[in-house]
Amino acid sequence: MSLVIRGGRLIDPTNQIDARTDVFVDAEGFVAGIGKAPEGFRIERTIDATGLVVCPGLVDLRARPREPGLEYKATIESETRAAVAAGITTLCCPPDTDPVIDTPAMAQMIQHRAWRFGLAFIHPIGALTRGLEGTQLTDMVALDDAGCVGLTNAMAPITDTLIMRRAMEYAASFDLTVFLHSEDPWLRANGCAHEGEVSARLGLRGIPEAAETVGVARDLALIEQTGVRAHFCALSSARAVTMVAEAQARGLPVTADVTAHHLHLTEDDIGFFNTQCHVLPPLRAEEDRDGLREALKHGTIAAICSDHQPHEPDAKLAPFAEAAPGISALETLLPLTLKLVEQNVMTLPEALAALTSKPAEIIGTDAGHLGVGATADICIFDPDARWTLSSAQMVSRGHNTPFDGWEFQGRVTHTLVGGRVVFGPTPGQA
Amino acid sequence: MTGNLQFDSQGRLRHFLTIDGLSRETIHQIFDIAESFISVGEREIKKVPLLRGKTVVNLFFESSTRTRTTFEIAAKRLSADVINLAVSASSTSKGETLLDTVRNLEAMHTDLFVVRHNQSGTAYLIAEHVPPHVRIINAGDGAHAHPTQAMLDTFTIRRHKGSFEHLKVAIVGDLMHSRVARSLIRALNTLGTSEVRVIAPLTLLPTGHESLGIKAYTDMREGLEGVDVIVMLRLQRERMRGAHIPSEQEYFNLYGLTLDKLACAKPDAIVMHPGPMNRGLEIDSAVADGLQSVILPQVTNGIAVRMAIMSLIMGGSSESGRPA
Repeated sequence: MSLVIRGGRLIDPTNQIDARTDVFVDAEGFVAGIGKAPEGFRIERTIDATGLVVCPGLVDLRARPREPGLEYKATIESETRAAVAAGITTLCCPPDTDPVIDTPAMAQMIQHRAWRFGLAFIHPIGALTRGLEGTQLTDMVALDDAGCVGLTNAMAPITDTLIMRRAMEYAASFDLTVFLHSEDPWLRANGCAHEGEVSARLGLRGIPEAAETVGVARDLALIEQTGVRAHFCALSSARAVTMVAEAQARGLPVTADVTAHHLHLTEDDIGFFNTQCHVLPPLRAEEDRDGLREALKHGTIAAICSDHQPHEPDAKLAPFAEAAPGISALETLLPLTLKLVEQNVMTLPEALAALTSKPAEIIGTDAGHLGVGATADICIFDPDARWTLSSAQMVSRGHNTPFDGWEFQGRVTHTLVGGRVVFGPTPGQA
Repeated sequence: MTGNLQFDSQGRLRHFLTIDGLSRETIHQIFDIAESFISVGEREIKKVPLLRGKTVVNLFFESSTRTRTTFEIAAKRLSADVINLAVSASSTSKGETLLDTVRNLEAMHTDLFVVRHNQSGTAYLIAEHVPPHVRIINAGDGAHAHPTQAMLDTFTIRRHKGSFEHLKVAIVGDLMHSRVARSLIRALNTLGTSEVRVIAPLTLLPTGHESLGIKAYTDMREGLEGVDVIVMLRLQRERMRGAHIPSEQEYFNLYGLTLDKLACAKPDAIVMHPGPMNRGLEIDSAVADGLQSVILPQVTNGIAVRMAIMSLIMGGSSESGRPA
């Protein structure tokens, strides 16, 4: 069904558009025209976007739908449904599923499952080493051919520096991007909170800032040596961000992302053992949060991701250290990012770029923009809608969030994937 | 789990989970009640009927002799029915969660749980999930808190020194892993202690310790200079494996309390230890058994203090917690 989105404020960072205009989507699901319809265009449906913002569908660099392996927590169906309810049309799935995404078959299976439900797209990120064991390289080219948008060892450390060097060299040979969770495993040990005032007060095993800076320093040295294109995932400390900024200034091909929660929460939010604030990397000090915001403003950090990790309720009903880390975060990705606009950290187009064009560029996919001919993955939201998050009413199977009761401004009204309305006041109409 | 849930909506103590948030008045009130219970232990018939008909479960997920025994004696002297349960950590590996265990015991109409667990925050977690009439006392959670120990330590200090305002107290040893020290520091600061010092190598001081309200020393003689109270902490022998200290010999040479080092403190300084002691590792027998040691009175005081805390939170209000 061909349609027009009429009268909205179109923000398309790639094409540097920020204007009140109409968007025409053809029956094949592509953007057919901006501002005026192409000749002979027949409008079958009109979405009135007066007072609303129209932007590319959001691209989330890291979300775990839990399938395969942990279907009792969530499934591809449940989480792609939550994604589109939050304006997210593209998700990248890390390989730490069970089984691990270290074969082309696994990579294809996940994309196929998502495609079957027809909600958000899922792009797998393939394993850098087999079984994420850090010893043997995966068939990286085959994984790339099977649709993986990059390679990573996820949270599993590659302790053998030589293996890491080889993995980077091999990936560089074929122009593949390596996603890094840089952390020194010995310094991290079995810590569960930032090593600082709060861990000292609560007697929680700390993860020092040096766990991150030592890891980033090692990986930067190897990136420089091998020339691989690398992306740092979920930086959490101001010092690590400074190191990445220096590397970028020297011309190294490195990018970085941050999670939406690290831009808003600090170690203090743990309060008296709030397990919803148990995340990895840990929430750090206020200076760190401020440093992350600064880095986002200056472009050292390109993208904001959800790092979505849905859990069943029992997973958080344990002593802090034993509670499963992670936040069910798809539905707070856009709201928390819009809060940065409210707090004057960045402008609305800059904020949306960190959720659309920039992450799309990092994974090298044709998404995150709305030029004529682009796939019509579109997010429409009401920038003035005020609402309060109730964890019980979240669409995701996981209701684990520290943002329960937070007030937000800006709420998704429609989401289109390939020109079909997959979320909206009258969903299902395509 | 984000608030300090040991107080009810009227600000009365409902559980005893941490020293955090207790006022100086509440602490002294508990001391005053404990003072009146001291005599109960010295009587022919060592019982008062305050908790008659109440069921107290000592739920210990971590082994303990002294703390569990003193809680048991305290509850029995208050005429409660006491059940001791040592739950090994393996029960969780059998699939039953911590909260399942608690819910099962709660279904048996337990009124008070005394809980010890090796994970910080466990007492909070349990307190958050029990019905309003059930009370929780934290008998030690991970490296977080051991508030009844801090109460008996400060009670012992008050009995020997009177007031806190002019006192210098030195805590010696493994602050990083010590719930006793965390709670004690908090209690001493709340009571207005003039100076709280901690003496340890940096490997045993947690990052962020500056925010705890202490003055840190790495040199023991310097740290003991002019102090009124010395609290020795137990050093777990396995600390060598984590590279916190090089050897027992070096630790004893640097941080073991000997008569020689004790001479740096005030002549009337008292020596305390929460037990169990490692003689020859953190404390020399000549000091442990010496004239300045109040280590055994600490144990006796522990029963009275635990009786006071139990009766206070079970009584619901301060008045009903006093013995007749």
